[in-house]
Amino acid sequence: MKPAIRVRGLTKTFGEMSAAVPALRGVDLDVHAGEVMLLMGPSGSGKTTLLSIMGCILKPSGGSVAVHGREITSLGEQELPGVRLQNIGFVFQGFNLFPALTAGENVELALELKGKSGREARRGARALLEQVSLAEKYGSYPADLSGGQKQRVAIARALAGEPGIILADEPTAALDFRSGRVVLELLRELAHQCGRAVVVVTHDSRILEFADRTVFIEDGLIVDNPAGEHPGVEGRGHAAAGPAQTADPAGLLGFTPLEAQFS
Amino acid sequence: MASLARRNLFHDKVRLVVTLTGIVFALVLIVVQFGLFLGFTTTTSNNIDHSGADLWVVAHGVTYFDTGRPVSERKYFQVLATPGVAQADKYVQGFAVWKRHDGREENIQVIGFNAETRVGAPWNVVAGRIEDVKQDDAVIIDELYKQKLGVQGIGERVEIGGHRARVVGFSRGIRSFTTSPFVYTSFKNALNYPNRSLRADQTIYILVKAEPGVSPAVLKSRIASRVRDVDVYTTAEFSHMTQFYWMFTTGAGMAVLIAAVMGLIVGVVVVAQTIYAATMDHLREYGTLKAMGASNAYLYRVIIEQAVISAVAGYIFAMVISMFIVRLSSTGGAAILLPWPMVLGMFGVALVMCVAAAMVSINKLTQLDPAMVFKG
Repeated sequence: MKPAIRVRGLTKTFGEMSAAVPALRGVDLDVHAGEVMLLMGPSGSGKTTLLSIMGCILKPSGGSVAVHGREITSLGEQELPGVRLQNIGFVFQGFNLFPALTAGENVELALELKGKSGREARRGARALLEQVSLAEKYGSYPADLSGGQKQRVAIARALAGEPGIILADEPTAALDFRSGRVVLELLRELAHQCGRAVVVVTHDSRILEFADRTVFIEDGLIVDNPAGEHPGVEGRGHAAAGPAQTADPAGLLGFTPLEAQFS
Repeated sequence: MASLARRNLFHDKVRLVVTLTGIVFALVLIVVQFGLFLGFTTTTSNNIDHSGADLWVVAHGVTYFDTGRPVSERKYFQVLATPGVAQADKYVQGFAVWKRHDGREENIQVIGFNAETRVGAPWNVVAGRIEDVKQDDAVIIDELYKQKLGVQGIGERVEIGGHRARVVGFSRGIRSFTTSPFVYTSFKNALNYPNRSLRADQTIYILVKAEPGVSPAVLKSRIASRVRDVDVYTTAEFSHMTQFYWMFTTGAGMAVLIAAVMGLIVGVVVVAQTIYAATMDHLREYGTLKAMGASNAYLYRVIIEQAVISAVAGYIFAMVISMFIVRLSSTGGAAILLPWPMVLGMFGVALVMCVAAAMVSINKLTQLDPAMVFKG
């Protein structure tokens, strides 16, 4: 089966000539449908650059990126928004909800961008908010929601149009631990039950257990798990490996069922 | 769902008030400055425009209303005898000195018209009657200048150029562009008042009405070819010449014009800054939309819609305030005019200013790096 995202020999350099700063220096990576892949690394290692390129919002300097088998590096600026709309949902660290719109309208807006309108968009938004157990917050403004609720609304928005890929940038960074776990559970459910490819960029080693696979990046290169840094995940750092087992398949880490957590 | 532009605008009430205040201030500033310019411009030629004449026959070389020179009665009869002339009236304009009860003196402009035909008479007379000026020494002044001329009411006696004069009526809203108020009287009375008094067989202007069916342009050429040492202008021509003189060749007019242009520039800058700031406030949201896959066209639509809503709301408030200011100015020394074409034109100005300002921020948007949304 083709990977949802296939990256080969990816390079990205910012600036030119003597001021050139290489951010990615030849990255190979496959992301598969049905897996949660953590992308970890120190600040400035190239995580967000890689995420931006995989999300078709930044053009690489070299190499290739295929989204659901379609090569995107050769596409023009006019075509990339369409690829994003059809294939990719984003979850941002700062939620990036529109403060002037209610939770439901935030999701409606994403659906409208994808061609749904009026009643259809409202119905779709309600269903997506139900999926993240926030149907009752349809009419609430972001300012009236907790951090965890905002991120769940953002996830519902990312799911608008049923994209095959979810890219999340530090989705738990602005949340307390409990809210963060709820959000990650949700992302894991989206991968495992709905077959989406989920890429999570994070600094937070506490969430390693949610990943099917963890990829480490340092100085623009994929590296093996730095020795001893993250016990228990060593060996999952092979970037082009297929989906791994879930970190907690039997619920041994003590997660409560989603419904119970969201209620 | 309501449009994102509208929701963005009305969600942050403080921002909305700031935006609208900026637009309203800018539009009112432009209306007041251009209204003043229009007011001054029309004031310079008011007597010509309200004269009711088709043609003005003036001494050769006279280029604007306020510096007429004597024309002999012979030329008046030559004009009157020209085929196509239905009526010709003598008309006096001249500067004079008005002496108040308290002894203070004020410069005035005396206007002497034919009280029988009323060609060149004051308009909008609100107290007394125009025909009252047929009486010896009778004059009509404007209400605006009661205080300046030291007059309380009808019947008061004053002195003009050393001769007796009596106020028999008041007009309303007849301003003078110079500091010398107009004082209307009969042609006969007016001969004595000006600093340079006229002989009974002289006039300053000859105001001509064409016979029905005779074009003023044709009659103008006919008079010009028959009467020597005079210039003949249609009312519109003489009006434009007078306006041009005061507004473009004197410092006074240029000052008003420069103020109007400065008002426009300041207004445009204020609006541009306001709309730009409003757009920049939502830059992160636009970045998010762009990252989500919204096309540039969609983002432009949101921003332009926001600008149009701001323009319409700002315009409505600005016009209400402007009309109030215009109303207040009607009893003051400087007229601010807001004719309907200007009311409509200001809507266009508001739209163009707001949308143009939005286009500047759109330029910023096209350079927006969608990856900014990943930066915490």
